[in-house]
Amino acid sequence: MGAVTAATIPTTPPAADVAVHVRGVTKDFGSGGTTTRALRGVDLDVPYGELLMLVGPSGCGKTTLVSIIAGTLDPTEGDVVVLGEDLAAMPNGRKVRFRRDNVGFVFQAYNLLPALTAAENAAVPLIIAGWNRRRSVEAAADVLDQLGMGDRLDRLPSELSGGQQQRVAIARSLVHSPRLLICDEPTSALDAENGRITMDLIREVAVQPGRAVIVVTHDARVYSYADRIASMEDGRIEAVVAATRSAAAGAG
Amino acid sequence: MLWIAWKMLVGNRVKYLGIVFGVVFAALLIAQQASIFCGLMSLTINQIRDVEGPGIWGMDKGVQYVDDIKPLADTELFRVKGVPGVEWAVRFYKGIARARLEEGTYEQMILLGLDDATLVGAPRQLFMGSIADLRKPDAVIIDDAGYRRIWPDEPFRIGRTFEMNDRRAVVVGLAKAGRTFTSFPIVYTRYSQAVLFAPPERRVLSFVLAEAAPGVAPEEVCRRIEERTGLQAVTRTQFLWKTIIYYMRKTGIPINFGITVLLGFFVGTAIAGQTFYLFTVENIRQYGALKAMGASNWTILTMVLAQGLQVGLVGYGVGVGLAAVFGWWVRGASRLAFFMPWEVLAITGAAVFVIVLVASLVSIRKVLVVEPAIVFRG
Repeated sequence: MGAVTAATIPTTPPAADVAVHVRGVTKDFGSGGTTTRALRGVDLDVPYGELLMLVGPSGCGKTTLVSIIAGTLDPTEGDVVVLGEDLAAMPNGRKVRFRRDNVGFVFQAYNLLPALTAAENAAVPLIIAGWNRRRSVEAAADVLDQLGMGDRLDRLPSELSGGQQQRVAIARSLVHSPRLLICDEPTSALDAENGRITMDLIREVAVQPGRAVIVVTHDARVYSYADRIASMEDGRIEAVVAATRSAAAGAG
Repeated sequence: MLWIAWKMLVGNRVKYLGIVFGVVFAALLIAQQASIFCGLMSLTINQIRDVEGPGIWGMDKGVQYVDDIKPLADTELFRVKGVPGVEWAVRFYKGIARARLEEGTYEQMILLGLDDATLVGAPRQLFMGSIADLRKPDAVIIDDAGYRRIWPDEPFRIGRTFEMNDRRAVVVGLAKAGRTFTSFPIVYTRYSQAVLFAPPERRVLSFVLAEAAPGVAPEEVCRRIEERTGLQAVTRTQFLWKTIIYYMRKTGIPINFGITVLLGFFVGTAIAGQTFYLFTVENIRQYGALKAMGASNWTILTMVLAQGLQVGLVGYGVGVGLAAVFGWWVRGASRLAFFMPWEVLAITGAAVFVIVLVASLVSIRKVLVVEPAIVFRG
């Protein structure tokens, strides 16, 4: 892993190129005297074709912010425009369909269904979208094959290593060609080698024109894979910096 | 998504078997106890069912069930015959007689006296002898179970004798009869003979069996009989239900069986509901992930209900199957009453449906309120 150099980016990308546009977002949990403010007026833009990393200490609001961007949590205040859609104003039913059609997820704990094979797990987003089982599994098998898992299609998650499970999760996140990929601590449960492989895959396969990738991470070893890094502290974005990736970090 | 629900369910074998066990337990207990209850109830009405032919039973106003004999004057027969709409009417004696066997021992018997001329109420199926032999002096026909009871391990034989009321009775036939609640042997004879076998009483007529004339509804004839004679008259079906309702109301039988059925229902609900809930809680992150990936609440609801339905169908099938096997086994191995009509299957099915519905509802709330954002929390 190469060293990371960063410089503050002072400008916001043009609106047409922006996949994620967040302005003045606050989020309160609880009510009355027990209210906790998790986000305090967050502004953030993520252009298409970029891999943005959200970093910061535990409890700084990374997960809350990414949940709001993914449409799984509503902000208390502020504007959230994702892929041109105003999520804050979107009814819940449409938001569910929006996530189904446009967002891919890679979770820290993988969240694979233990009773499904690798190919079936990777096919879940297509099945949710209404594809039939056979076509979905075939499409998922193709993606798994690209990720080097072609020989483990019929394995259950319990028969796979952590790195292999994360590859299945990446395949699941990409199988329906989402325009926004949200990765929550994708390497935190992996050793250094598997963490590098995972980030290589996300970098190579997921970062495409017309698609944005947001990675929430604590793992300083993978900062070099980012185009930009947004540092969070106490519910605010402290800085957004460009990351200079080393050659060892893989293609971008 | 339903196959995902199914794989999620059966993928966790321990939990799956736990949920199915709860439903099987409930279905087995409900079906088995209800069938034994129905079996017992059928014992109470077998003597009515065995009397084929007449559609109307006339009796004293105070009679509440078939074994509740309140003797009538013989003249009541003629009053019934005189009611418009009555095609024919005959006498029928029913009582308990004490028999003295050849060995000197005593045995209680159900004594049925059939109309001398027509022999209405005679058994339908005979293993030995013929109905016509009842016209011989002192002749009786005994049911096969009764014969085995009083002469166990002895072959069936025509001509055996015993005494009732110091009068000799000669077995001229062996009949098939429905088992009774008391399990006493059933002895058929002519009415004129029965009153000699029975303890002497001024009034001996137990029932007047009648048939409605063609084109007249039996219910209407019953109404006329009651109006003109002051007797109680009911159709055969009404008498069956009257007897069943008496036993249900006046004995503790339904309560005892009902308690067991309810116990099965509640224990089954508790086991299935709790295990299903634990299964759901265990998978809550997976449901959260599915919701995050775009599965709607309706989809999740369908998945949980499908899981409940699957468990219900398997549990119902196994439970009812085991109850049927139990019934088949006890009918062969013992004299335990067991009767499983379709109503028992329907009631058990309804109970199982409620159990899986409750089990599902307990879990549904959990999965519907879970926020998809749960998946972002490590």
